[in-house]
Amino acid sequence: MVKIILKDIHNLHKIDVYESNGGYKALKKAVKKMKPDEVIEEVKKSNLRGRGGACFPTGLKWSFMPKGNEKPKYLCCNGDESEPGSFKDREIFEKNPHQFIEGTLIACYAMGVKTAYVYIRGEYYKWIKLLQKAINDAYKEGYIGEKIFGTKFSADIYIHKGAGAYICGEESALMNSIEGKRGYPRVKPPYPAKNGLWGNPTTINNIETISNIPEIINKGGDRFASVGAPKHPGTLLFGVSGHVNKPGVYELETGIPLMTIINDYCGGVLDGKEIKMVIPGGTSMPPLTKEECMTIKMDDASLKKIGSGIGTAGVIVMNEDTDIVKVLIRITKFYYHESCGQCTPCREGCGWMLRLLKRIDEGKGRMEDIDMLVNVANNIEGNTICAFGEAAALPVKWTIKKFRKDFEARIKEVDLKLPPKNIVHALR
Amino acid sequence: MLTNKEIKKINEIKSHYPDEKAALLPLLWIIQEKYGWISEEAMRYAGDLLNIPYEQVLGVATFYTMFNKKPTGKFHLQVCTNVSCMLRGGYELFKYIEDKLKSENSESLFTIEEVECLGSCATAPMMQVNNKEFYENLTKEKVDEILEYFRKSTKKEN
Repeated sequence: MVKIILKDIHNLHKIDVYESNGGYKALKKAVKKMKPDEVIEEVKKSNLRGRGGACFPTGLKWSFMPKGNEKPKYLCCNGDESEPGSFKDREIFEKNPHQFIEGTLIACYAMGVKTAYVYIRGEYYKWIKLLQKAINDAYKEGYIGEKIFGTKFSADIYIHKGAGAYICGEESALMNSIEGKRGYPRVKPPYPAKNGLWGNPTTINNIETISNIPEIINKGGDRFASVGAPKHPGTLLFGVSGHVNKPGVYELETGIPLMTIINDYCGGVLDGKEIKMVIPGGTSMPPLTKEECMTIKMDDASLKKIGSGIGTAGVIVMNEDTDIVKVLIRITKFYYHESCGQCTPCREGCGWMLRLLKRIDEGKGRMEDIDMLVNVANNIEGNTICAFGEAAALPVKWTIKKFRKDFEARIKEVDLKLPPKNIVHALR
Repeated sequence: MLTNKEIKKINEIKSHYPDEKAALLPLLWIIQEKYGWISEEAMRYAGDLLNIPYEQVLGVATFYTMFNKKPTGKFHLQVCTNVSCMLRGGYELFKYIEDKLKSENSESLFTIEEVECLGSCATAPMMQVNNKEFYENLTKEKVDEILEYFRKSTKKEN
């Protein structure tokens, strides 16, 4: 398996180890031998797609930034990572922070950015400290700051610590949060490349996306494009959690079969049980049934074909004993709690979905409640400023579509014969 | 409310941004680190320091869940119960700690709170303490040990 980010090198987080393994060579190559446009072309050639969930082509995104320097330009690196089931960026901060810093600097050079902000969720106290240490070391060695490698290129990198709001992972909410405001998403257009931080051109990239850049500059875009699934090349940091024997972050090529990840890398399903449901990319992605899991390959195109998505590649595995109604309540409770409250369909709709689900779970549900849930979800989807509406609506719609009999059984009070262990998962 | 050294730190942070208002979140963090929570007085102070109306500071402080709007116990236990933790017994653990604190009458020393995903799904169930350290792969025995350790550490201070 090709490894681009989480390489098996001892102490790679230290700057001297990173340097002796070819670190900061890509930055040197970019600023000394390449024009900014050539860097963007190389990234376009690599077909690198954003790792934050939307899978937008990174090179194309960079090319939206205006040329020239009439206004200051900004780069925001999104390390908010609050999607339940996602825990990959912290692995980068811990194991290979300098590759991320190097990627950030190359991105700054390509887009003519002088200031980059790294937005990290406030809960990552330890990882903020680790990244700050790496940034300080890079400043000391002259990789960040004024006149990098003796050229005219200068850039600064600052960490901006969040304070516990899922919505700040949405790019325009993230910018508001950096500006010191409530994390409310902004209406688009205007897009950030035109009107971002303080009204200036801004690009927002995920931490994992940026960390791939040095490899692309070092080995060429074509080489990167040949790894993994052709339409979604490279590797992904799969964060596997839930009912598996060895949960953790695994860097694997895109297009790898889901069952290979679960059986070969994660040691199979816990206690040798069968799979009931798998969420492939964080809780906002529609779940997969056991049958779908058997054949699905983990890349954007394959998952989209069956109505789901790769999201942040946070895989949550649930075994045959899992109470799907309770899982969906927990997911909906999360979105109810995290809705920023700007748009009525989302603010009110999440509450309605939660109350309906709880009513079903308590045995007071009616058969028409199931369709009412879908109806509420449909009225959220597409009617909000940002994609949070879809994130809240899609799991409800698709879980009901795929596991309807679980909900019907709860309403009819038919015992699904789940083992008593399942009571452990009772909600307060 | 803040010492000269802390003000200096804020001025340094201000220089990272073209607009000083952007230093609001970092400033609130510094206040919370020092006092454990953010009072109305603190919000007014922060507003004066950055030329932001109090109402706007209140809006920001109440938007972000990690800012405590009232004092907590000396140890703020934040237990994750989101899906990945729930599948691994997050709720069971939450209830265990809650009952334990009640029965031992130590609610003034410890504040327990149910929180959303903390990004530690592979090491579930887990909790964070005082917005800092993560305690992962928890069991009841481990929790007993951790709480005992905290209790002892305060006794030493006294």
